[in-house]
Amino acid sequence: MSDGKSIMVDTSRCTACRGCQVACKQWNELPGTKTKQTGTYQNPPDMSHETFKVVRFAEGKADSGKPYWYFFSDMCRHCLAPGCMEGNQKDEIVQDEKTGAVIFTPATKKLDYKKVLNGCPYNIPRQAPKTRQLFKCTMCLDRVRANMVPACVLSCPTGSLVFGERDAILKKVEARVAELKQSHPKAKALNPDDVRVIFIVTDDPERYHKYAEA
Amino acid sequence: MTNHWIDIRNSDCILIMGSNAAENHPISFKWVLRAKDKGAKVISVDPRFTRTSARADIYAALRSGTDIAFLGGMINYILENNKFFHDYVVNYTNAAFLVDPRFGFNDGLFSGYDQAGRKYDKATWVMQKDADGVVKKDPSLSDPNCVLQLLKKHYSRYTKEKVSAITGTPVDDLQAVYEAYSATGVRDKAGTIMYALGWTQHTVGTQNIRTMAIIQLLLGNIGICGGGVNALRGEPNVQGSTDQAILYHILPGYLRSPTAGMTNLQAYLDQSTPKTKEPQSVNWWGNYPKYIVSLLKSWYGEAAAPANDFCYNYLPKLDDGQNTSILNTFDLMFEGKLKGYIALAQNPCCSLPNANKVRQALGKLDWLIHANIFDNETPSFWHGPGMDPKKIKTEVFLLPAAASVEKAGSMTNSGRWVHWKYVAAAPPGDAIPVGDMIYRLVNKLKELYQKEGGNAPEPIKDLYWDYGDGKGNLDPLAVAKVMNGYFLKDVTIAGKQYQKGQNVPGFALLQDDGSTSSGNWLHSGMFTPDGQNLSARRGKADPTGLGLYPEWAWCWPVNRRIIYNRASADTQGKPYNPARPLLAWTGDKWVGDVPDGPWPPMADKEKGKLPFIMKPDGVSSIFGPGLAEGPFPEHYEPLESPLAANPMSSQRINPAVKIFKGQIDAFASADERFPTVCSTYTCTEHWCTGSGTRWMSWLTEAMPQVYLEMSQEFAAMKGLKNGDKVKIASARGQLEAVAMVTVRLRPFKVQGKEVHQVGLTFNYGWRYPKDCGDSANLLTPMVGDANTMAPEYKAFMVSVSKA
Repeated sequence: MSDGKSIMVDTSRCTACRGCQVACKQWNELPGTKTKQTGTYQNPPDMSHETFKVVRFAEGKADSGKPYWYFFSDMCRHCLAPGCMEGNQKDEIVQDEKTGAVIFTPATKKLDYKKVLNGCPYNIPRQAPKTRQLFKCTMCLDRVRANMVPACVLSCPTGSLVFGERDAILKKVEARVAELKQSHPKAKALNPDDVRVIFIVTDDPERYHKYAEA
Repeated sequence: MTNHWIDIRNSDCILIMGSNAAENHPISFKWVLRAKDKGAKVISVDPRFTRTSARADIYAALRSGTDIAFLGGMINYILENNKFFHDYVVNYTNAAFLVDPRFGFNDGLFSGYDQAGRKYDKATWVMQKDADGVVKKDPSLSDPNCVLQLLKKHYSRYTKEKVSAITGTPVDDLQAVYEAYSATGVRDKAGTIMYALGWTQHTVGTQNIRTMAIIQLLLGNIGICGGGVNALRGEPNVQGSTDQAILYHILPGYLRSPTAGMTNLQAYLDQSTPKTKEPQSVNWWGNYPKYIVSLLKSWYGEAAAPANDFCYNYLPKLDDGQNTSILNTFDLMFEGKLKGYIALAQNPCCSLPNANKVRQALGKLDWLIHANIFDNETPSFWHGPGMDPKKIKTEVFLLPAAASVEKAGSMTNSGRWVHWKYVAAAPPGDAIPVGDMIYRLVNKLKELYQKEGGNAPEPIKDLYWDYGDGKGNLDPLAVAKVMNGYFLKDVTIAGKQYQKGQNVPGFALLQDDGSTSSGNWLHSGMFTPDGQNLSARRGKADPTGLGLYPEWAWCWPVNRRIIYNRASADTQGKPYNPARPLLAWTGDKWVGDVPDGPWPPMADKEKGKLPFIMKPDGVSSIFGPGLAEGPFPEHYEPLESPLAANPMSSQRINPAVKIFKGQIDAFASADERFPTVCSTYTCTEHWCTGSGTRWMSWLTEAMPQVYLEMSQEFAAMKGLKNGDKVKIASARGQLEAVAMVTVRLRPFKVQGKEVHQVGLTFNYGWRYPKDCGDSANLLTPMVGDANTMAPEYKAFMVSVSKA
């Protein structure tokens, strides 16, 4: 396999406009779920069989006493050695040769969901209650094969999401982290050697999301 | 905007105040972050820590409705610490002008106040003039009557401690903002302001913006790359609709609406055309007669002739002093004095203040016409909460309209860029563009007046209305060409020949003798004489490297991307900032952006001109006598505030605002029943009242129901938990919402006391989805800015309890 593709998710450029969350639903023709306001901007509250991308909102008080508000455009990391595939019996979960995208096929309904979920350190796979089929982000493989960027990346107004060849993205990530370190000593890339969707954070990863980093 | 969206990337310091740009103008952040990449400081000033604040370098909180105090403190800081850009201030502003010694200010009132009329006689708000009628000046800026000294005196009262006690902003935060922003008061730095409805929607809205304009002039930030005073306008062509006179007080191109006292064209022109004795002033508005005559020719065609004042008497006139803003319109409607109302592109039952009054008012009409892509609370008002359909006689016509992507035409963005756009999809079913509706309506009116006559039929019968596409619909291109204007006879101007019917290539060629027609002088030049539509251009050339993109679309005026741009160069025409040379004088011409006129820079005493060509004196106004409440902005409390008295003076509220007196417009200030400050706003996920976006399941999924944001301290005090249902009440109405308890709001320390503020989204209404809640405007007061009548949605008082 070639180096494949990668996405950089630079949380320091994210404004949580949620264009990515909506674009994902639009391209994948997923329905809007019926939600309630529960006292947070984060909605739907979590991933589901019909939500492959959720912008997570986390707030608290920084050491300066001022508020912080972190945004984490959560999605499948498309791991180089995907833990979810350990649950495979045949080839219910496949890795696309060219891009490295990890794809759940309709045959995932035969898999043990718990096993697949436990194999994912990022808590991504979800099961459709009726069909028992498993779902998650597809890296918009259909778009990528047609030389288009994933829908979430296309929608991003600030350059928080960047798609490209993995080696080029890794260089961008490295440069951006170095730049951010000057003002944010805790800046780092999350598991860059293991995943294709590489998040950059400027504070402790758990402040963004419990499963931000493996 | 004086500048444009892309230009934000050129800024060294971006103040985002009165706006929540990341949430409400998401694309703008592309440029904000590009500026930040190059080292710009981003400052967010907002009562609430927002998605904008999350990306800012400096965040400062202020109590809603105290922006003038906050910015007044900045003016004081700039003057006290000598941070202003001296060369610019002396040459390009009226800082050196000597004001009439009778002008004064005492205890919150400027000279000339008429208590009974709640208005000012501005006779003393004028300059001293010499025997030739030229304004007297003191370039040393030391005369006690010069504008700069008066400014200093006025704002010396706005010390950081005083400001902090009013705004609730900690002094350290004020210091951080003042220091960072005033660092742009040097020749090679630029600071910009991104503001929106968080400034306009106050009883002191216009003066909020004036205060910032003064700061920008002191720092030399107007007319330069990365600077300016930039109003972030919304998506649905707000800038375009303003240019085409959506408001009652103007005609297209910001010409004034005539009043009854202006009994003929000459009287109108005498009161509308500014004059000057300043030898180096261009006074471009001196061309006013050409624009109004060309406008009258575009409306009344052949019928408009010199002998009949070009049909000036066809124009409807406001009564002298009459204000027909939408608040007054709905007040009249509530009084039962209006028969019918056409509501296009608006949902007043959710968008106007005091929605209970608005909803009742619609029930007093004979008929209501509304066009939209979905039903909403306005055409459905008669079966809304608390309404008895049997008792409502109003006949409602709901017309299915085409959506924006289903029609062709022009769209003008905040940066004044006019983009021509095309039909992307046919409208569904019977839906048609609103333009077609108006086109057909006027055709019918003309037909009826032709057939039946009636009172004063001429203005309708003579109206030029040749805008059809031959198939019974409107041809937007035909409208755009009339707006641009054309020659009505063959002429030769400056050696160049133009034939009858050719497009006028720019407003400088419009005439006041009836030989040209133009529906909006600002749009002159959008078409070339041979018919090319420049707004349809999509050229990506950027010859200056400054992001002006002169071949992308077209912008008014005359494709000038940054207005007042002559002020970016010194009096010799040398760019103040050589790294961002917007304009440079080469000895015989300007190079760079389209200059604010071809004349040499002002150092050429013979041919040179002052840079602010739209101002009668050729310079910008730090002392600005145009507004209703005074030439210098002064802090007044909102109509409803937690304070019984204004800490700055005995004038509690803006002395020039109109107060509606009926019981329905009750208000309660410093009233223990309503102790909590409330502000309203929109979120990224919904558009305005949500009348379009609430029908989109992906958006209601993300933001399903109305919520009230509050601090942890406030929630603890009220025994509220995150996600609880709460009841919010004001003197006018009540609303239920979901509590959102957050660290992003904090109690304010105001005048030594703790003041709590909560915030509410206005994106919801009862019509759809059923459980989303209702409009925040059930709570807001119907009171407007003294100049614009923009409602005070941003600061009012409420009580909050568990529902």
